[in-house]
Amino acid sequence: MNKILSRSYLGFLLVLLYAPILIVIIFSFTEAKVLGNWTGFSLKLYANLFQSGVHHTLGNALWNTLIIGLVAATASTLLGTMAAIGIYNLQPGPRKAIQTVNTLPILNPDIITAISLFLLFVSLGISQGYTTVILAHITFCTPYVVLSVLPCLKRMNENLYEAALDLGATPLFALRKILLPELRLGMISGFILAFTLSIDDFVITLFTIGNEGLETLSTFIYADARKGGLTPELRPLSAIIFITVLVLLLLINQRTANRKSVG
Amino acid sequence: MQKKFLTFLGRRRNWSIPYALFLVFFVVIPLGLIVFYAFTNNEGQFSFSNFRKFWMQPEAMNTFIFSVGIALITTFLCLVLGYPAAFIMSRMETRSTKLLVILFILPMWVNFLIRTLATVALFDFLSLPLGEGSLIFGMVYNFLPFMIYPIYNSLLKTDRSLIEAAQDLGATPRQVFLRTILPLSVPGITSGIMMVFMPVISTFAIAELLTINNIKLFGTTLQENIYNGMWNYGAALSLVMLLLIGITSLLNSEGSSKTAEEGGLI
Repeated sequence: MNKILSRSYLGFLLVLLYAPILIVIIFSFTEAKVLGNWTGFSLKLYANLFQSGVHHTLGNALWNTLIIGLVAATASTLLGTMAAIGIYNLQPGPRKAIQTVNTLPILNPDIITAISLFLLFVSLGISQGYTTVILAHITFCTPYVVLSVLPCLKRMNENLYEAALDLGATPLFALRKILLPELRLGMISGFILAFTLSIDDFVITLFTIGNEGLETLSTFIYADARKGGLTPELRPLSAIIFITVLVLLLLINQRTANRKSVG
Repeated sequence: MQKKFLTFLGRRRNWSIPYALFLVFFVVIPLGLIVFYAFTNNEGQFSFSNFRKFWMQPEAMNTFIFSVGIALITTFLCLVLGYPAAFIMSRMETRSTKLLVILFILPMWVNFLIRTLATVALFDFLSLPLGEGSLIFGMVYNFLPFMIYPIYNSLLKTDRSLIEAAQDLGATPRQVFLRTILPLSVPGITSGIMMVFMPVISTFAIAELLTINNIKLFGTTLQENIYNGMWNYGAALSLVMLLLIGITSLLNSEGSSKTAEEGGLI
């Protein structure tokens, strides 16, 4: 009885969480301009999405989102990993100071980070565009990389690196052969986290993107929604993104489960 | 020269220097700029006029109080709905638990603007009116995963032997829950509260879309002021929001960074 009750509670919550997404997916298979109108089954929206030229701005926005996400995630992974190694070897005093400042972008609401960076760029007279968005994204992504690499350093045997140096390795060689392999997992999860945070960000992007026509997916959707309706092609796009993520996560889950049952 | 550079690199603590400089330039100075703009007027002279304006203008003040109210209701609903779900999942010992957790986190991967618009579509579909009801539903819908996940993590980490000890010592299931499980999951709860309350208080866009511009939250007020070139006033309003958030995190725990780390944010 208890079990049935708790299962149905989880089921209820899941239905609640997925109902809106399901509606978007269902209505991606019809042509109606307004979400919620069913005008018969059609794959036209999917076709539009893949035909270049039909929805030029949406394609551009998607492309910008991916580029910004990749550049920002790569830069923050490099910067954050280096920082984590440095922080780990600092004396307690400065270490505490850097770690406190490092958590500020995580704890601050998006809009505060956004406004503070906006004020920085306008006070310096820097024109806003690609560069400012990427710098802003590195600012809010790097702290997460630092936090996901630091635990790897805490877990690893400290003597390994020293031993390599004693045996005549240069610092760079020791970094490549000893440190990086130990930190790899933390760096990968940091990179994935940074990438997802970047492509999902809206507020910070909106404040640092300037007004020269650069759009990412989220600013495009925002501008679109304010105009009154949602570009119908966004429905198939969200459906594709959602299904891709679902399949990827299920595959990862399946693989780790298999490995566990074997090992 | 090259040798000097290599010995510099050899001291690994020096590796934190680039990031330290980056943090100063992109985190500390920008936050300082908010304070600077908040306490100056248009001509760059020191003044309290922005804060006086906030006190005097009933509109901004009302929006602020209304937003805090919405954030409190949303946080409360997320806690009430999310705790049982986290608890049930932490008790299940099958392979499907992991899948369930993924299913609960997955909606976070869809862009929140699309999720919000989908909520609007759901309300249209069921021909329910858009207003305060849809606003709170949309907020809970958007932020529920952020409550479930940290609580689930902290419940998962609780030492089973403590629960067994309580049972062996004759505690009823109710007592085991109230005296052992609940107190041990407090870090997860505080982390969850922070992760729901703070984004809700500062969102904009969600409220506009869910109520067709009928209800404005504090985040929207901030954004409108900055967009209309009122940087000083906007900065002052940001400081008010920061103050509120500072108070919340102090009330929640002394070490909010610790809970963020341990509550399973990552």
